[in-house]
Amino acid sequence: MLGLDKKDTTLLIVVAVLALFAPFLLNPFPTESALAQFNAGYPDLMQRFVIFGIFAIGFNILFGLTGYLSFGHAAFLGVGSYAAVWMFKLLGYNVVPGIILSVIVAGVFALLIGFISLRRSGIYFSILTLAFAQMSFAMAYSVLTPITNGETGLQVYSSDNPLFQTATDPNVPHLFGLVMRESYTMKVGAWSFSFNNGYYLCAILMLVAFYISIRIFRSPFGLMLRAVKSNQQRMNYTGLSARPYTLAAFVISGMYAGLAGGLLASMDPLAGAERMQWTASGEVVLMTILGGAGTLIGPVLGAGFIKYFENIFSKINESTLHGWFSWLPDPIEDPLVWLLEHFIGGGWALTLGTLFMLVVIFLPGGLVEGGQRIGRLISGKSRGTEDETGKPAATSHPAE
Amino acid sequence: MSKNDVTRRGVLRTGAVAGAGLALPTIFTASSAAAFTNEPTGGTVTLGFNVPQTGPYADEGMDELRAFELAVEHLNNGGGCLDTFSSKALKGNGILGKQVKFVTGDTQTKSDAARASAKSMIEKDGAIMISGGSSSGVAVAVQGLCQEAGIIFMAGLTHSNDTTGKDKKKNGFRHFFNAYMSGAALAPVLQKAYGSDRKAYHLTADYTWGWTQQESIQAATEALGWQTVNNVLTPLAATDFSAYIAPVLNSGADVLILNHYGGNMVNSLTQAVQFGLRDKMANGKQFEVVVPLYSELMAKGAGANIKGVFGSTNWSWTLQDAGTQAFVKAFGAKYGFPPSNAAQTCYAQTLLYADAVERAGSFNPCAVAEALEGFEFDGLGNGPTLYRADDHQCFKDVLVMKGKESPANEYDALEVVEVTPRAQVEYAPDHPMFAGGDLGQCNPGA
Amino acid sequence: MDDIILQILNGLDKGSAYALIALGLTLIFGTLGVVNFAHGALFMIGAFCAVTLQKLLSLERIEVSATEKTAWGTPLEIKTPYAELWFGHDFGAAIIDWSVPLAILFAIPVMLAIGYVMERGLIKHFYKRPHADQILVTFGLAIVLQELIKHYYGANPIPTPAPSAFRGSFDFGVLLGFDAGSIIYPYWRMVYFAFSAVIIGAVFAFLQFTTFGMVVRAGMADRETVGLLGINIDRRFTIMFGLAAAVAGLAGVMYTPINSPNYHMGMDFLVLSFVVVVVGGMGSLPGAVLAGFLLGILESFASYSPIKNFFETWLFLPSIDQIIIYLVAIIILLTRPRGLMGRKGVMED
Repeated sequence: MLGLDKKDTTLLIVVAVLALFAPFLLNPFPTESALAQFNAGYPDLMQRFVIFGIFAIGFNILFGLTGYLSFGHAAFLGVGSYAAVWMFKLLGYNVVPGIILSVIVAGVFALLIGFISLRRSGIYFSILTLAFAQMSFAMAYSVLTPITNGETGLQVYSSDNPLFQTATDPNVPHLFGLVMRESYTMKVGAWSFSFNNGYYLCAILMLVAFYISIRIFRSPFGLMLRAVKSNQQRMNYTGLSARPYTLAAFVISGMYAGLAGGLLASMDPLAGAERMQWTASGEVVLMTILGGAGTLIGPVLGAGFIKYFENIFSKINESTLHGWFSWLPDPIEDPLVWLLEHFIGGGWALTLGTLFMLVVIFLPGGLVEGGQRIGRLISGKSRGTEDETGKPAATSHPAE
Repeated sequence: MSKNDVTRRGVLRTGAVAGAGLALPTIFTASSAAAFTNEPTGGTVTLGFNVPQTGPYADEGMDELRAFELAVEHLNNGGGCLDTFSSKALKGNGILGKQVKFVTGDTQTKSDAARASAKSMIEKDGAIMISGGSSSGVAVAVQGLCQEAGIIFMAGLTHSNDTTGKDKKKNGFRHFFNAYMSGAALAPVLQKAYGSDRKAYHLTADYTWGWTQQESIQAATEALGWQTVNNVLTPLAATDFSAYIAPVLNSGADVLILNHYGGNMVNSLTQAVQFGLRDKMANGKQFEVVVPLYSELMAKGAGANIKGVFGSTNWSWTLQDAGTQAFVKAFGAKYGFPPSNAAQTCYAQTLLYADAVERAGSFNPCAVAEALEGFEFDGLGNGPTLYRADDHQCFKDVLVMKGKESPANEYDALEVVEVTPRAQVEYAPDHPMFAGGDLGQCNPGA
Repeated sequence: MDDIILQILNGLDKGSAYALIALGLTLIFGTLGVVNFAHGALFMIGAFCAVTLQKLLSLERIEVSATEKTAWGTPLEIKTPYAELWFGHDFGAAIIDWSVPLAILFAIPVMLAIGYVMERGLIKHFYKRPHADQILVTFGLAIVLQELIKHYYGANPIPTPAPSAFRGSFDFGVLLGFDAGSIIYPYWRMVYFAFSAVIIGAVFAFLQFTTFGMVVRAGMADRETVGLLGINIDRRFTIMFGLAAAVAGLAGVMYTPINSPNYHMGMDFLVLSFVVVVVGGMGSLPGAVLAGFLLGILESFASYSPIKNFFETWLFLPSIDQIIIYLVAIIILLTRPRGLMGRKGVMED
């Protein structure tokens, strides 16, 4: 189907089903129960899952296939966001021009940076991209404030008077009248599920992005990129220059980042400079490696994993803990709460750091490998490498 | 405007009816359900406290959180400033008889993360009001979000003129003072202490707050006859300010003004003292250092270096009025140490919000905003205060502080030099430093 | 002229911090082939060794007053430092005053132990793993370390002043024939510079003139051959890791009086020190030191307002101080493919 082989079609369908039913899957606990704290099925977080999924899928096209580790991809995300918000300011709140422009601008920006950075490889390339991104961040935060609104973040003011904004148009980001942050809430028993317009727009674009990424992975172009990774020298000897291919991959992944940035701005029309900071670039690297670099689905899993901990664990506080464990006798409750307190609220970063280490130590192939191991356990097959062929071919390339 | 965002679980919960057991999906458009966003319908009402829990301002965030918890305790059970507050609408039985619950989140002192956290409070937890924060960037970003979502934002620590200037919003309210007020309060004290013939050298954090702070203090000191020798912008990420401080030595200036906050302030002040600036004589006068905005928590980090350095704060626990005493006693009894001025503004904001709801008789943000606008009150620790209707800024006395020579304990680093009366820090709503903004229309959400 | 001399001094000082961290990073990378993102955290832990020692030395006996109360209503606590109780008031106060230099003695065993445990417990398993995995695991470790420090010491900076003998500043102006007071430089910063020079010199001497160092250098050049010669290179590399951790830790200890330490100071330095290492050339120790001082001096000059203004007015580059390091890094990497003194083939794939 769609030019994919059977395995890839299955994978695409699985991802599509997961994305479409996410509002159910992410809200497994009844609204009033104590465990509702762990529900992730509210619009903002669902949007973030798929948007950062797109970001990581794009990053994986560069890193997973060519092995070029960019430490400055957040710059493209940031540029995309600024482009989209400027479209809202100038043209009006319809998200289409914003999203299109964000992809184009990020692509051009990536072409520029990629053209220079790709003259070097390895860690020299990483540092070059890092340097460009940090420069962009520093300028966006201070000197470029007239364009970026600096610390506060770029937003639409009522004095902006967009060109095509009519009185009847919604005064928030919308897709031809379909307001992005409008939701429908479905109530089933003690559960409630929200279906958000913006989320579904992002999810559809994520599926498109995912499909394109599969096609790239399976194309002769993808094969070339893998050749760059496995042995660039040998490739050069056969008379092929690697740079056009890597540059193309760099620009494509920059455009993915721009799309993610544009979507972020479309869901919430504010673009902050810290989106471009090196920590944000580092985050997408972590997402990709954590999920499984070079695999198709891994980056999406990694993105979901990190965003989940950032948004859910940071909101648990001490009194919530006391609420959960109040049934325990005090001598047990207090030490338990004391221990768990390290990992919640402001300690969410500690939880995340610990999990990074555990995943990298025990699952060298990232979360995808964890999934494969569980799959093997269930299917009862003996351990062995032949299983890898049972998965999409890409998964047999471990992270690097 | 048809802004019908966010799910309204509270409403739907009650509408879930007995038939829910049949698991018949009932589908609502969110807009048809309630009068305003997150209208509380059960026996409880949820407030959202969004403070930095990670990043450099985490300690300030923790102190804000303590104050919020205390405020919620007092709202539910009475006590604290409820007894000293000039408005007697609050009974200590929650807000409008509903028990107050709260949720917390982490702003990370980043506008993006703060918006994400605030959205999750609104969308997931049904928060009716958001408060907190420790920087102006975050305050402006979250204020904008609350305006769009249709809930009330009670700003925490935010000192930039923009929060109630160019970025003011109908749904947003600020109790904390601002850069203009710092300048207006400090200048006369500086003149008294250092004379009118001074040459000032500014180091300014290179972002919005730094610029407005610098602009305000420069205007205020130049009005007194001071000259401004130079203004050098320093990167926010800088930790070593030696390369900015060394040139001050030979610049001909005799006052160094550090428009820095938090970690920047601690480092630049420490290094200015290391370079011997405070022992130096320039133009025949003793060289002086000024830090326009003080934070008690950060002042601790500068240790002995702040001795004798002037600055300003919104409030201090050493004040002797009844409201301050009531709050400090309650806070001290619960946590064992006195509160910071970030904590006080958050405590006051929570009570002010609750009181406005009581007086309005409704949680509807438009009714609450109306009740807060032009509200005159006293007894929360800052003396008689006005919530001005034109820009939602509180007007009250401003404290000029000085680093204490011999602190009695670690919480006693600063002493009050002068309580600048409210009249002296007031300005017209259309003052050029605050121009360009528009409160807009109140937005109740649904 | 006086300002230029001041900026050179500032640059050397800044550069010595960069050089010390970059030196440790390069040692670890050169010997073990591991990209250590936790190196900034080691620097931070070193600084907190000083904080811890200061806290230990100034531990106080607390007597709760029966009658007096604090202004916030809790019973007044009367605190006397144990050091003063035990060693007499003056000597006790002197010990507390000298806590930062004393922390050097405290930090060396602590940092060696941390380095040893880290290498044996974690890094060892990552020699054969891709660099990306090494980055992820050490980054995770860095987060864990800094969050733990934050949990116990708070997020605010903690003042750790230099001993009172080293406060104040030295007047170079008179010495060099300028006006008195025109070139003054803090004593402690000079101490820091001298200390870094000694440490850097010691590391080079150790590698250059001892048998151990010779083996390590041989191992850096060709690990396999050295192993084939029957030399236990692993054990030596473990020691080198400990040494690199100790260098980072000492850099942290001595840095505390310059900047009050906080839990994220390591991350602040991490990116910059990586840039330094790469500009110097991966795997080159002299390169790391050279690049450290070079970037330090460039940064200082970029922060100098006449130069800032020059860039803004004539080259349309405002805030050059914010981007100078990255700009220089880009230029150097584009003109010299492997940084200043990098070797071919290292970390290029």
